[in-house]
Amino acid sequence: MTRPSKQTLLRVVSGDGLLLALGTMLVLFLALPFLGLVATTSFRDFVAGLAHPLVWPALRLSLLTTTASLLVVVMLGTPLAWLFARSRGRFLRALETATQLPVVIPPAVAGVALLLAFGRRGIASALYPHDFSVAFTTAAVVMAEVFVSAPFYVQAATSAFRRIDEDLLLVGRSFGASPLRLFLRLGLPLAAPGLVAGAAMSWARALGEFGATLMFAGNLTGTTQTLPLAIYTALESDFRAAQALSLVLVAVAFGLLVGVRASFFVPAAGASEGSRA
Amino acid sequence: MTVLEAKLSGRVGALGIEVELDTQGGTLVIVGPNGAGKTSLLLMVLGALEPSAGRIAVNGRELFDSALGVNVRLEERALGYVPQDYALFPHLDVLENVEFVLECRPDRANARRVRERALAVLEELDMLSLAERRAHTLSGGEKQRVALARALAAEPRALLLDEPLAALDVGARREVRAFLRAYLQKLGVPTIVVSHDAKDAAELGAHVAVLERGRISQLGTWAELRATPKTPFVEEFVLSESNAPQRERRSRPTLA
Repeated sequence: MTRPSKQTLLRVVSGDGLLLALGTMLVLFLALPFLGLVATTSFRDFVAGLAHPLVWPALRLSLLTTTASLLVVVMLGTPLAWLFARSRGRFLRALETATQLPVVIPPAVAGVALLLAFGRRGIASALYPHDFSVAFTTAAVVMAEVFVSAPFYVQAATSAFRRIDEDLLLVGRSFGASPLRLFLRLGLPLAAPGLVAGAAMSWARALGEFGATLMFAGNLTGTTQTLPLAIYTALESDFRAAQALSLVLVAVAFGLLVGVRASFFVPAAGASEGSRA
Repeated sequence: MTVLEAKLSGRVGALGIEVELDTQGGTLVIVGPNGAGKTSLLLMVLGALEPSAGRIAVNGRELFDSALGVNVRLEERALGYVPQDYALFPHLDVLENVEFVLECRPDRANARRVRERALAVLEELDMLSLAERRAHTLSGGEKQRVALARALAAEPRALLLDEPLAALDVGARREVRAFLRAYLQKLGVPTIVVSHDAKDAAELGAHVAVLERGRISQLGTWAELRATPKTPFVEEFVLSESNAPQRERRSRPTLA
């Protein structure tokens, strides 16, 4: 009987101690950069960093563009996610996969693709007045953010809609509810926590957008220079500013993460009790 | 009362069916072993599941006929569906659950009076005290009453109840079953109940249809089923109603 002894051997080697050691290494690697950000600055440096002339225009622009991109993503993405969740058709399934493409392509590729689509000589340029291009404008920043962040929202919203108990929707339909009423009165409120969490993650992705923005919108202070681009620029002149801005972004991201986690661990008021035999 | 034939075969979604259900104003209980196709049958009658071929009629009303291309939409079948866990809308209170139904109805003239009418529905069914409660604060029996009231607010042609007592504690079942029996009798709304419990069949059903492997194997009153069970399953099933210890059965392995 060699088999049990092999298993015993494995269990000894891969005991909790080893697992803990391996896991700890990763946690340390992930934690150290954050520690570096916080520990190597003083409050005075932080304030001085925030006073850098790049900081406030970038902060203002980031808030403006990410708010706009979030609105676009939620307004257009929510109906799409509902269709994805409700449909069993092959076409929409394929489309659902396709809308996840921006998640897996490198942001630099997204930038090139956006230029080729919406740039001065892009395939959509026929729509522009002569010699106009949306590229390198604030609108281009919003477009880049929508492009990279929409898939996060659509995916989260689709799975939130899919988690709705099918019987609730069947009952609603049996009363003669129109598709729009079903969406507005049942779909939206029942999926609300998932939609909010998805919007938060999507917004965080838009806030951090760098590569596609740099290539498609450029790096113009006050017009297209968002927080990540300002950090990149400040790195060359004033490291304190880069660090201060980074800390602001980390704080925002951390708050968002904790908020989303907390809202996910609150048991849903409507969790259905009876289980199907 | 005619149930011509119910044939369900193959995978869900590739089912052929031939069903003509007539509740004669009373309650028809469809029973059968697990996997016999009871819930599939109910969902097909409701219109949530489309048979690949066949015909469905309830109390003389044609709902589906593949030969004639008839397929009444779920929204227009006017059937009151009460699923096993009652499916009260969790984000709405009891009153709002009823209001939802009234808002769906096309008679816009009455739209302004929705609240008034919803309150009237609850008052009529003696449930005003529950009006502001959310589903998760209700007991199983209360949930069922609210679900029934809500379904009735739509003035359905028939009620479809899927395992109406299965979500309740065993201790609560007797009482709720007695209530349900009295309630359905009082309402006089044609009702189709799906259940795996012999007690439901005995107490709720004016008629009982036994579904085995996708076919109706016997149809009749409970007394008739008791007197002359046509299949081994029916024989065992009627015995399980009384809690009397079942007789030892030898060599009946195919009873599914």
